[in-house]
Amino acid sequence: MFWTSYFLAVLALVLAWPVPVLLSRAEWPSRAPFMAMVLWQAIALAGGLSMIGAMLAYGLEPIGDNLIAGLRSLAGMVLHNEPTTALGFWHLFALSAAALLSAHLVFTLLLTYVKIERQRRRHRELLALLASPSDDGPGTVVINHDSPVAYCLPGGARSVTVLSDGLMAALEPAELRAVLIHENAHLSQRHDLLLWAFAAWRQALPWFPTTRLAQVAVNSLIEMLADDVALRTESKGTLIKAIAIVASGSASPVEQFIPPATGSNAMSPAGDTWGGTGGTGGTGGADSPRTTATRVSRLLSPKPPLPGALRAMVLAASAMLLAVPTGLLIVPGLLG
Amino acid sequence: MASLGELERAVMDLLWAGQEAATANKLRDLLAQDSAATDGIAGHQGKDLAVTTVLTVLSRLEKKGLVERERGTRPHRYQAVSSRADHTADLMHEALGSAPDREAVLARFIGSVSESEAATLRKLLGKD
Repeated sequence: MFWTSYFLAVLALVLAWPVPVLLSRAEWPSRAPFMAMVLWQAIALAGGLSMIGAMLAYGLEPIGDNLIAGLRSLAGMVLHNEPTTALGFWHLFALSAAALLSAHLVFTLLLTYVKIERQRRRHRELLALLASPSDDGPGTVVINHDSPVAYCLPGGARSVTVLSDGLMAALEPAELRAVLIHENAHLSQRHDLLLWAFAAWRQALPWFPTTRLAQVAVNSLIEMLADDVALRTESKGTLIKAIAIVASGSASPVEQFIPPATGSNAMSPAGDTWGGTGGTGGTGGADSPRTTATRVSRLLSPKPPLPGALRAMVLAASAMLLAVPTGLLIVPGLLG
Repeated sequence: MASLGELERAVMDLLWAGQEAATANKLRDLLAQDSAATDGIAGHQGKDLAVTTVLTVLSRLEKKGLVERERGTRPHRYQAVSSRADHTADLMHEALGSAPDREAVLARFIGSVSESEAATLRKLLGKD
């Protein structure tokens, strides 16, 4: 138990700082966005689990040989008023901290959900009054706004993709199709759930580097995943053009968007971002500048997808991350 | 009878289009005119539409914070809290996030794009 708690504490520390820093700097996630997404989820889950697990294992050490036995003794103390004299001050402190942290994580997750839902309901209400249905299929509406804007508002059967007048005017039909496929990919792959979970994770532990880096990475990875879906049917050029036009906020973005061949970098910064998964506040669905840049660069100079062996390694690493802390906590109890 | 949702939309359209506050009676008349003119989905709604229905719709809109009434006068006069354009701007702001560095999108992009990438972009956008 003692060594378990030490090991889990080290694991929690490693997952809270060096690992996410390295992963966020790595180049391969843009070559295998789905694998990278799996790995980020594994890091977050394993990080939380080992943080709480380390404190539990430390706190329960005097009253049980393993976690399950320890929890049983603890339940006896709490429910049947058995003496707690076996536990020292630091044991009690660790146990309280573990309970508080668990409750904090669950409550933040729920609270974030309620906040997002409330905002989405309000957004949907206003859309019902402001937007008109579009010809581009059910679940697509057009709103009267000059900037080129596209985003989706997740909500199960009531999911809706919103396009602005400005977008319809600026894009060719094929480009518009690419935008719609991109947004629909966000909806069908349920990216809103990922955004919700990582937004809550960051909200709960804002001072941990891992939560901020994970949120930024996930925002960017879902855009790549949606781009990849659009690329199945639309050409790369169409998609890049659509992104460029939306990012620059006008139909003729070139002058401001690309450095002239002479190398002068004079440009007028203006424009809107191409929103991600209906990030109605708090979900952080909108593109960050860095995301747009990564997306376009990835399309302009495509790198080969990650080889199968490396993909398998990432998957195995993710599985290990989840299995090791879970195993350490539970297996001794099951064997004993 | 049109659904409450459609009526809410019709009422908001009238309030957004009108310059000054209107009573429920006035709104009912305008809605009746509209449906007579367009003869649309709610073709026969005009005659049947009761003022109480309009009041229900108005109180729903008030609850949503979209409509306010002047309490001094009888009957109450209703008006939109903010303009259509303001609401649209709010929605766009919400959808795109606060993005404080939105202006930096292009600046950053310029920094990260290589010369060959820039050439490809120029070709794609047909401005070479």
